[in-house]
Amino acid sequence: MIELDYTLRTVALGAAVLGLSSGSLGAFAVLRGQSLLGDAISHAALPGVALAFLLTASKAPLVLVVGAGLAGWVGTLCVSAVVERSRVPYDAALGIVLSVFFGLGMVLLTYIQSQPDASQAGLDTFLFGQAAALVGRDVVTMAVLGAVALVAMLVFWKEFKLLLFDPDFAASQGLPVRALDVGLTTLLVIAIVIGLQTVGVVLMSALIVAPAAAARQWTDRLWGVVALAGLFGALSGASGALLSATGARVPTGPTIVLVATFVVGVSLLLAPRRGLVAAWARGIRNRRVLRVAGTLEDLYTLALAHEDVHYPHPAATLQTMTARPEAVGPTLDRLQRQGLVEPRDDAWALTARGLAEARRLARTRADEHDPARLGAEATGRRRQPGEPDR
Amino acid sequence: MSPRRPAIDVADLTVAYRDEPVLWDVDLRVPEGVLMAIVGPNGAGKTTLIKSILGLLPMAAGRVEVLGAPLADRRRDVAYVPQRGSVDWDFPTSVLDVVLMGTYGRLGWIRRPGAEERARASEALEQVGMADFADRQIAQLSGGQQQRVFLARALVQDAAVYLMDEPFQGVDATTERAIVTLLQRLREEGKTVLVVHHDLQTVPEYFDWVLLLNVRRIAAGPVDEVFTDANLRAAYGGRVPFQAGGPSAADPARLGPVAEGAPLRAS
Repeated sequence: MIELDYTLRTVALGAAVLGLSSGSLGAFAVLRGQSLLGDAISHAALPGVALAFLLTASKAPLVLVVGAGLAGWVGTLCVSAVVERSRVPYDAALGIVLSVFFGLGMVLLTYIQSQPDASQAGLDTFLFGQAAALVGRDVVTMAVLGAVALVAMLVFWKEFKLLLFDPDFAASQGLPVRALDVGLTTLLVIAIVIGLQTVGVVLMSALIVAPAAAARQWTDRLWGVVALAGLFGALSGASGALLSATGARVPTGPTIVLVATFVVGVSLLLAPRRGLVAAWARGIRNRRVLRVAGTLEDLYTLALAHEDVHYPHPAATLQTMTARPEAVGPTLDRLQRQGLVEPRDDAWALTARGLAEARRLARTRADEHDPARLGAEATGRRRQPGEPDR
Repeated sequence: MSPRRPAIDVADLTVAYRDEPVLWDVDLRVPEGVLMAIVGPNGAGKTTLIKSILGLLPMAAGRVEVLGAPLADRRRDVAYVPQRGSVDWDFPTSVLDVVLMGTYGRLGWIRRPGAEERARASEALEQVGMADFADRQIAQLSGGQQQRVFLARALVQDAAVYLMDEPFQGVDATTERAIVTLLQRLREEGKTVLVVHHDLQTVPEYFDWVLLLNVRRIAAGPVDEVFTDANLRAAYGGRVPFQAGGPSAADPARLGPVAEGAPLRAS
């Protein structure tokens, strides 16, 4: 194993802390359908960083983080104000706030950099992030903020869960949904400002959305999604920061985001039930089952034309009855393994079990085509208004 | 049946959406122990009325009292079944968890549902015939099963007044019968149940009271008194999809829910 020097350890630890908090708190935002709110908040934080520096002439992480947090918060207030006081839709309001605040931040940043004072150097790392600049006290600040946010999340877990799932029902029980909403947004702001210096305002929202999107693939429980998102976030943060700090001079934010995106890609493909590979395998299995049933029925149809229902027919005859003739051979092999057909005189015949199965299939099919069976009683389902009379 | 305080007392209720009145000067007194249908055409304000009684919408004017007191003092006495389509059923949670949400109001802040709450939630699931589904992810449920889960969640609230928004929406015949039985049992226990309903055909069979609504209150009272052709015409503006009395009421061609060519979503 590679011996990590102090700087690298600090960097990896800091990135893991930010990934943990942004991943787990981001899960709440994603499940609420507010994935893009994180993007607006992180962009809106930039002018806050610049103003905090202009007002205090300090680059202490806590000062800049407070500035970023306040600006991000004002950004969310602006989004709410635009949505409530105009007919501008939510996504457009996000776009407006994001670009206006980011533009303001860029203007302030350019102004600061034009000043002769040498102490301004380094503020531009807030754009794309720089983990290499992380020192011990940064990590402590991040860890304390993250711990506060995570504890708040756990304390109000059931209230937040109800707010996420069914806000009207929460309000009907007397929960102050407005205050909870503000609280949840505040936690999101905290999660974002923790990562700003390392990941940068431009890409921070990816660390809010990606771990949660990946985690949702693997579990069907809220605590599972939150815990896994935290884990994915921490892993992406640490490995991305290490890659960027040790390898070529690539910026940290993009590297972390690429790692997180890789985790999302793997999850989308390989997750057991929701994954694309699993869906693809299900499709193949279903088609195979249909082909097996279809060939068995074809053989039964042919046999019905003879005195002997076990009369053998060549595969070529069956091939003329299907849209995929090349699949008939393997399908017959499968039927033979199941003991439903047997080869006889270079042709195929139904076995006794095959005949029973074919009759069962034919009966099921007849039921499906019998209009009398489609009534409400038979299907246990009342026809809906507007639904065609089949 | 001595004179009692009304379970629900709505006076002069007006609710507007962008200057457009959705409910206009509605008065409604519902006595305790009544099973009442709220009917009216699409956009009549049925959902708005329920949400206003629950304090979920800002009122332009009016007053709502539940069991003789302002709603704020009666939260624990009111249970709510929202429209099934109002939540994301792909939300990562289990059936039991959703039912447990009905205990949150009583639990208060921070306290987690414990063994007692779990037992009550299981019991409620049993009552709606969903005991075997407790650990299921909610996305795996059919529409009727989702509706039963919402009903179970309202049952654990153990309230005196139940407000239900289209509990029969998109459920199968078996579930519909099960729900009706449940509603009638609640009434027999002395609870008051208000149900937004679409199938005029079944109003006299299922309910003992009815409110006909179309932005304004058209009529409200016992079904055999106010569920008349004249009132239905007033509520549905001449295009009555059903006749309350007369020989054609038994016409089998009229069977089936109200079809207006529009989706059955109240505003």
